[in-house]
Amino acid sequence: MSDTLPLSIVTNRRLEKWLRFDPDRTLHLAVGKVEIGQGVLIALSQIAAEELDVDIGRVNILAGDTADAPDEGSTSSSQSIEVSGRSVRLVSAELRSRVLTRLAQRLNCSPDELTVEDGSFLLQSQPTGHDYWSFVSDADYAADITGTVLPKAPSAYKVVGQPVPRKDLIAKVSGAAFIHDIVRPDMLHARMLRQPSRDAQLVALDEAAIRRAAKSDIRIVRLENFVAFVGSDETAVQRAAVAALAHAKWEGSRVLTPAHGEAAWYVDQPADDRLIGDPPAETPGEVVSAVYSRPFVAHAAMAPSCGLAEFRDGRMEVWSHTQGVYPLRNSIADILGLSREAVIVRHAHGAGCYGHNGADDAALDAAVIAQQLPDHCIRVQWRREEEFGFEPVSTAHRTRVAAVLDAAGRPVDWTTEVWAGSHVQRPIYGGLFLAQEALPNKPPPAKPGDPPEANGGGGTRNGTPLYDFPAKRIVHHLALRTPVRTSSLRGLGALPNVFAMECFMDELAERAGMDPVAYRLSMLTDPRARYLIENVAARCGWASRWAVGTGRGLGLAWARYKNKAAYACVAVELEVDQEVRLKRVWTCADAGLVINPDGAKNQLAGGIIHAASMTLKEQVTLDGAGITSLDWASYPIMTFSEVPEISTEIVHAPDLPTLGMGECTFGPTAAAIGNAIYHALGVRVRDMPLTRERIAQVLAKV
Amino acid sequence: MTIALSVNGRSVETEADPSTPLIDVLRNHLDLRGTRYGCGLEQCGSCMVIIDGKADYACSREIGSVAGRSVTTIEGLADGEALHPLQVAFLEEQAGQCGYCLSGILMSAKALLDRNPSPSRADIIAALDGNLCRCGAHPRILRAVEKAATAMREGVVA
Ligand code: FES
Ligand code: FES
Repeated sequence: MSDTLPLSIVTNRRLEKWLRFDPDRTLHLAVGKVEIGQGVLIALSQIAAEELDVDIGRVNILAGDTADAPDEGSTSSSQSIEVSGRSVRLVSAELRSRVLTRLAQRLNCSPDELTVEDGSFLLQSQPTGHDYWSFVSDADYAADITGTVLPKAPSAYKVVGQPVPRKDLIAKVSGAAFIHDIVRPDMLHARMLRQPSRDAQLVALDEAAIRRAAKSDIRIVRLENFVAFVGSDETAVQRAAVAALAHAKWEGSRVLTPAHGEAAWYVDQPADDRLIGDPPAETPGEVVSAVYSRPFVAHAAMAPSCGLAEFRDGRMEVWSHTQGVYPLRNSIADILGLSREAVIVRHAHGAGCYGHNGADDAALDAAVIAQQLPDHCIRVQWRREEEFGFEPVSTAHRTRVAAVLDAAGRPVDWTTEVWAGSHVQRPIYGGLFLAQEALPNKPPPAKPGDPPEANGGGGTRNGTPLYDFPAKRIVHHLALRTPVRTSSLRGLGALPNVFAMECFMDELAERAGMDPVAYRLSMLTDPRARYLIENVAARCGWASRWAVGTGRGLGLAWARYKNKAAYACVAVELEVDQEVRLKRVWTCADAGLVINPDGAKNQLAGGIIHAASMTLKEQVTLDGAGITSLDWASYPIMTFSEVPEISTEIVHAPDLPTLGMGECTFGPTAAAIGNAIYHALGVRVRDMPLTRERIAQVLAKV
Repeated sequence: MTIALSVNGRSVETEADPSTPLIDVLRNHLDLRGTRYGCGLEQCGSCMVIIDGKADYACSREIGSVAGRSVTTIEGLADGEALHPLQVAFLEEQAGQCGYCLSGILMSAKALLDRNPSPSRADIIAALDGNLCRCGAHPRILRAVEKAATAMREGVVA
């Protein structure tokens, strides 16, 4: 563990921001990370319960609230347990230590003689009559957090490392549980008419026709190209929004063709070019290369985005399923000309969120309307077509891998070359909200950027191989414009890059006449990676792998997410007849200390299914003014009948630091599928999605 | 015009326009917000309810077409405080991540188990194939439905 304080603590030095003992014998824990569907809150609760020795059932967690919870930025990139977990651990250990030190003085004993059992204090195992609820006082909260108290040793853990069930699932299997279900006084429903693209101008709107279609009273809020239909009857505003599509005339919308939707489009685009790693060299040897690609893909959350906002007495209160309540609060305040203190953003659960989707946009939509119609709660819900059509999608991404081989067919020089648009255009990276571009005085277009390499990069993520190659580099062409708005989706460039690199490793192994697993191990010294590959190879029966071209394939791949988070190896068995049918998947992951192994396994399997869906089926299509894959028929995802059996294992490594694991199976799954398809058919399909049509095209060429 | 129907065993009446989607009546008129909107297109199953014993899409059924029918929603799954064996099994298996898909999936599963108490895995998959889950919780969901089926059969024997 590093000895620098986590950023979460540096910016939130007051203990009362984090922990409080409530009179009903519960522990109130407030965190800045939010639940985005992966069970992070139970893991953080376990950490607090562990350090304070309070029963897990007593922990009430408040997550993501600019009025009442600490600022921890955004919840993304498998960072929650690595960063927030460390903070909760240090803060809890410090509070416990302060309280016990004070109690020891009172009882005239040494703090070492005191223990805690479910919040009650024992002196040499005898009750003292004191507990947190009776004894904790303001004195314990007086000083700033130092972060210097040593937490428990992992060997003493009782709650951390246990499969504690999540608390939030009960509501989710029983009834109302989501932001969509919030009811507030004076609530009005709203639907949007979206500006087709940044420069589109609304030149005519037949309001009378829209009101007729609504069938009951609605208000129309219009601010230049920002249009909303608002009313007490949700059915009516929905009808209005659907009808408005035919009753609005726009000019100046962008014009796209299907070619804009292909990764190859980026090759001729102006770009920021840079080189990371070893300088180019004239290494002697045979040069081989291959190009792989992934198209634009969508978050495609199950629920349309939703946001609620109330503007009362100059104060704006917002509910959002955003990944970052503080960044969203700052943006809303700045855009609406309010002080940051006048805006409160509270997190509420949405459907599973795997990156920057429409959540923040919907929240701003609601806030803009609320400012126009004060003293109501404005509830904006997007339509399904709007969700698919206007959420920021993940950029198409083209990866060319090139290697100079030695006499034994092993790379001595490796280049990963990437062409892609921006992988992150969150507002904190300079990205714009939809409403901003529709309102008067729109800001200039966002300059595309990507996260710095220290944060794992964007298009370059996982682009540096972890094999022991003597020279390796990334050449990154970050396109200066994208045909549609792009932003972060689970793992950013990791999936397309790992797909390319780990498929290429199989191609190189074949050239070298070696088994792909043996080939990898011959160039890999990291013992944690080696263990995973050997574990998965043994479990999937790699040793008895059959010949290429039987229609049945077994493929394997691995990666360490961001080259610094959790490791995972994945093997896939599949059959190809009419379609690719996944049969079985095996994975083993190493994430250091795992707080909640059941939740971790759930994430590993979820990542595999999500990645398999993306690899085999998903593609955002572009044409005309924008995205044309606007429903689940044109943007199919994996269904119950297509999901394989999945066997997960997690390495037990409680003494190693926790590594974020939400994305670790993502890239390896894509590559393992690519390799298994090759094994089944004897042809290499390099452009995702690996659909029947794509495979047929490749087969036709051989 | 008043439309009368039974929801979760209770007789209810609504003045809603007959073309109003059932989901809007459930959520906004009857305050039963566990039925979830996903697409409005019969493509995702988030809105699944049971109408006269059959799983059906609340997003596309108009309220006028369910007059006199009997509708069960997620709120009608538990028996008072006692959770339905499906809910118990889903919690035991922690079958879900975000959980948005779960109310629809539970209703599809209940309709299946009500008509077929001993479904095969293939039967369960067929019954759930109209329900999407973006989080990839499928393997646990299948296990949970199997577990609930077993629990319900054993409950009957005992
Ligand atoms: S909301 Fe009814 S099927 Fe999607
Ligand atoms: S658990 Fe998130 S959609 Fe199924």
